[in-house]
Amino acid sequence: MKKILVAMSGGVDSSVASAVLIEKGFDVVGVSMKLPNLSNSSCCGERGIEDTRKVSDYLGIPFYVINCKKKFEKEIIDYFCAEYQHGRTPNPCILCNEKIKFGLLLEKAKSLGIDAIATGHYACIEFDEEKKRYILKKARDRKKDQSYFLFSLSQAQLKRIVFPLCDMEKVDVRRKAKKLGLRVHNKDESQEICFIDSDYRDFLESRKISFSKGEIVDENGAVLGFHRGIPFYTIGQRKGLGAHKKPVYVIKIKEKENKVVIGCGDKLFSKEMIVEKVNWIDRKMLQDKQKFNVRIRYRHRESPAEVLPISDRRVKVSFLKPQRAITPGQAAVFYDGDIVSGGGWIREVC
Amino acid sequence: MKRIYLDHNATTPVDPRVVEAMLPYFGEKFGNASSIHSFGREARKAIDDARQILADFVGAQPDEIFFTSGGTEADNFALKGIAFANKGKGNRVITSKIEHHAVLNTCKWLEKKGFEIIYLPVDGFGIVDIEELKKAINEKTILITVMHANNETGAIQPIAEIGKIAKEKGILFHTDAVQAVGKIPVNVNELRVDLLSVSAHKIYGPKGVGAIFIRKGTKIEKMLHGGHHENNKRAGTENVASIVGFAKAVEIAKKEMEDENKKLLKLRDKLEKEIEEKIKHTKINGHPEKRLPNTSNISFEFVEGESIILSLDLKGVAVSSGSACTSGSLEPSHVLSAMGVPPEIAQGSIRFSMGKDNTEEDIDFVVRELVGIVKHLREMSPLYKE
Repeated sequence: MKKILVAMSGGVDSSVASAVLIEKGFDVVGVSMKLPNLSNSSCCGERGIEDTRKVSDYLGIPFYVINCKKKFEKEIIDYFCAEYQHGRTPNPCILCNEKIKFGLLLEKAKSLGIDAIATGHYACIEFDEEKKRYILKKARDRKKDQSYFLFSLSQAQLKRIVFPLCDMEKVDVRRKAKKLGLRVHNKDESQEICFIDSDYRDFLESRKISFSKGEIVDENGAVLGFHRGIPFYTIGQRKGLGAHKKPVYVIKIKEKENKVVIGCGDKLFSKEMIVEKVNWIDRKMLQDKQKFNVRIRYRHRESPAEVLPISDRRVKVSFLKPQRAITPGQAAVFYDGDIVSGGGWIREVC
Repeated sequence: MKRIYLDHNATTPVDPRVVEAMLPYFGEKFGNASSIHSFGREARKAIDDARQILADFVGAQPDEIFFTSGGTEADNFALKGIAFANKGKGNRVITSKIEHHAVLNTCKWLEKKGFEIIYLPVDGFGIVDIEELKKAINEKTILITVMHANNETGAIQPIAEIGKIAKEKGILFHTDAVQAVGKIPVNVNELRVDLLSVSAHKIYGPKGVGAIFIRKGTKIEKMLHGGHHENNKRAGTENVASIVGFAKAVEIAKKEMEDENKKLLKLRDKLEKEIEEKIKHTKINGHPEKRLPNTSNISFEFVEGESIILSLDLKGVAVSSGSACTSGSLEPSHVLSAMGVPPEIAQGSIRFSMGKDNTEEDIDFVVRELVGIVKHLREMSPLYKE
């Protein structure tokens, strides 16, 4: 029997993922990540671990808690805070997938003599015989599709990953959980970032990061007010900018000058951006400019754009139509139909 | 899958003879030992008999034995009870760096309540430094508490020596003997201890029952207030069945301990010899002789202990990295750290604790698996070069 490690959170998706693998004849070993105690509501907190223990007992599989605290602090939390300090808006879930779930846990699996790892992600992986590459694709359930969060995985990682929920709809997952008698079948969805309770700003303050007050300016540089520190602002933000005649938004954050630029809603739209640290999945690299459907945040409806290689792992993306609130620090993922061709991190908006 | 259990310092299986002795007390003999009627008398007699058996076993008088919910409660009772009853005399408590958390965390709590705690260092074998103890004693010292045998390394502490010093200085002396009683001979008078903690589940008895020896005349505050149970020192209806089981386990230990230890020592020597022969870069932690015969703590350099434990578990073999109460913390063991074992080596340490049911075949199987597991893990380690 082929052994597989399943990263479990105590939620319905990863529980069903385990059950599906057991049905398929895998020898499943369940693990949960022990993360730093940062939030009350986290799916990955103690409650999640207790739920997972119960699910594992019910499914009759061994279950271990893997201490990921140190690596999570270093790779995820430090990055998260630093990005805000640079005036960017990070996406820690993508990095957690790359460094922790399919990094640390995959290493752990190997150390236990287990070659493969599975999660309850909604996405698909196929091996393309022609290209001799592992291809990442959208899940059948488009509303739940999480391929956006997986763009940064390497071939070596994709080779060892199994997504059992690839062709299942969420309703089917819940139905299956209920049929199997899993008590988590109607558990709430986990939302947003697992270590943030409600407002990321409270979290940053609790981490005692350094920041300094500065000016809020308009596009021409006229001072309109003062901000408490750039980490507390994100592109498209409306609140906390003072009283203005018309609705205004954060349209740019200037790290070097420590300034927050505000403007009307229409100023939020732009067509071009620079994307860095690009990871290609269905090819080694991008030779020449090519059209993709590009998604600039998880809940963004992907939009056609031309992607032009400018240097190693750096591209310029030009949308056909202006996009609202392109945000440095977020990921840009390049889709070719169902296929995730690649993606990178938005560095700046041109 | 055949399962092999080598974690007897965490807990032991209940001996079938113990189960048999306990069963009537879940059924026909269900009485409350405080009741006047025949049902009550029946339960009372069972507890009295058990108390006598345990008292005899450690050389105490029956009225010096008080049953508790286990070792942790006994330790808490001893430390808090003595500290608060004697706080008029002084506020210094001396303990060691290698105690079980039942003692260490109670000490930390006492620290918050205004007591001064001195944590004695240990030598490279994990044995408490007597000279340091002598230096630590001052006129404000009200209690010394040093464990009898260490749960992680099996190192046996110089309890009689400490007892002698404590007596000379007129200081009360407690020992957490949870890992010792039933495994090696323990006599409260030879050791000159005033208080001693014991637990049943380490010696093939049930979980949830233990006892404390409190020498007659020792002033102690009680922890649990309520009825007049346990000679008015520990309130709560007695756990009759478990107390009976505890006594049965003690009886069995008394009879079989000596032969059992010979067998365990042979198994342990075999395990250590074969690991040293077949796996490079290993080190045995703990004293070569002054050690529980069932315990072996071995460092495997260049690997994480946790990975060995999980890999062995997937093969059906149960071992641990130290105390079951601290597993999962990934912090290097406080016991090995105190012995001066560097953190990276401490993290690659495994505790094997053998018991009655283990066989030579078990050891063969475990060593065979270990060889493969350690080899695989070292191949993955960036630090290891053949």
